[in-house]
Amino acid sequence: MPVTRGFFRKRAQGPEGRIPPGQYDTGSSWPVLTAEATPRIDPADWSITVDGLVEEPTTWTWDEAHRLPSATYSGDIHCVTTWTKLDMVFRGISVDDLLAAARPRPEARFVLAHSSTGYTTNLPLEDVTGGQAWVVWEAESKPLTPEHGGPARLLVPHLYFWKSAKWVSRLELLEEDQQGFWERNGYHDRGDPWREQRYQGDA
Amino acid sequence: MSADRSIDDVVPRETAWTTGTIITKEQPTPDQVLLRLHVDDRHHHDPGQHYVVRLRAPDDYTAQRSYSVASDDEDPLLELLVERFPDGEVSGHLADVAEVGDVLEVRGPIGRWFRWDARTPAVCLVGGTGVVPAVSMLRTARRLRRSDLLRIAAVGRDPEHLPYAAELARGGALVAYTRHDEGDRARGVPTAAELAPLAAGAEVAFVCGSPRFVSLATPLLIEAGVDPTTIRVEQFGATG
Repeated sequence: MPVTRGFFRKRAQGPEGRIPPGQYDTGSSWPVLTAEATPRIDPADWSITVDGLVEEPTTWTWDEAHRLPSATYSGDIHCVTTWTKLDMVFRGISVDDLLAAARPRPEARFVLAHSSTGYTTNLPLEDVTGGQAWVVWEAESKPLTPEHGGPARLLVPHLYFWKSAKWVSRLELLEEDQQGFWERNGYHDRGDPWREQRYQGDA
Repeated sequence: MSADRSIDDVVPRETAWTTGTIITKEQPTPDQVLLRLHVDDRHHHDPGQHYVVRLRAPDDYTAQRSYSVASDDEDPLLELLVERFPDGEVSGHLADVAEVGDVLEVRGPIGRWFRWDARTPAVCLVGGTGVVPAVSMLRTARRLRRSDLLRIAAVGRDPEHLPYAAELARGGALVAYTRHDEGDRARGVPTAAELAPLAAGAEVAFVCGSPRFVSLATPLLIEAGVDPTTIRVEQFGATG
């Protein structure tokens, strides 16, 4: 592709190895992007279900989820709209713990994450296991606000942030990959920021 | 997302990077750049969709941003309106450096959710440069002689800051200024009572603007009688 006449890098490069290609450091701001009206969900009405190809379909209420071992992610997040936010701290529970209780069947290979709004996003099962995915209700030591997916959202920080479904309510395990909301809208099925997998058609 | 028009109806389509040549460049206001591009191997688009523009530095550093399309699909050129943000890496280049004849990397159309099929009765509540997708809808409706299907309320600070204000007004839109009295209409955001007649009969509602605008506009539409599940939102921010 051609070099753009007169265009030069202006932003600082960011810390070595922390800013994926085509991304920039958003600094202290945390932009909000949603496709639907922001719902107000009372924690008393929130729950998280793991079902589909599992031995024990299980639902946790807000209180039950809070009795699971607390888990923290400290690190970076990357939005496909090209901002990267460094050194975030999220607290919640590990998806590994949810899966351990629900016990995925051997044929389960993909996850379709559902939100109470109807939003969905698809992920390979191997991207949400092994300490790579959380359900979080706290960001920067404060309750997650509705705009950022509160009371609880999925967090899969090694993939573009649309995979981290806001207002997450259900993880459905599947044998075949089934595209979610943005994926049907032209975004990539996996969304690895380091490989710049932004849109359908990206390798 | 009503049952008969769910996101499950949406099929993905692959897009690839191509090149677009700037044919015209205007700055309707100091903070806005209107570009009309000839895009190589251009695909059809629906109103509401966007394109990605990517700039490439000599060291292969790239910066890319998404911009809503203002033009109708039948327009031989692709029209984008770019809001210039302070320190905007891409918008600053397009405003200050880019010239007619320059070649940009472009990709699109992207987005199959925030788009209008030109068949479903629709209402738009859009603010600032968020009017751009509504302009594309208006132009498409006009071409298809289906302007009856589309109702638009456009909100801006004052006439100098609202792009396409004259075109929107000519097209029958409610144009509301928050800091300017326009004719009989005193300054202020539209009220639910003003919006209710526009929203009546709409089966899909489009909200586009800054996060602040969206957080104000969405409850307003619901108050005006719009079913929340029919609201489709596009918001943008100072990402440059």
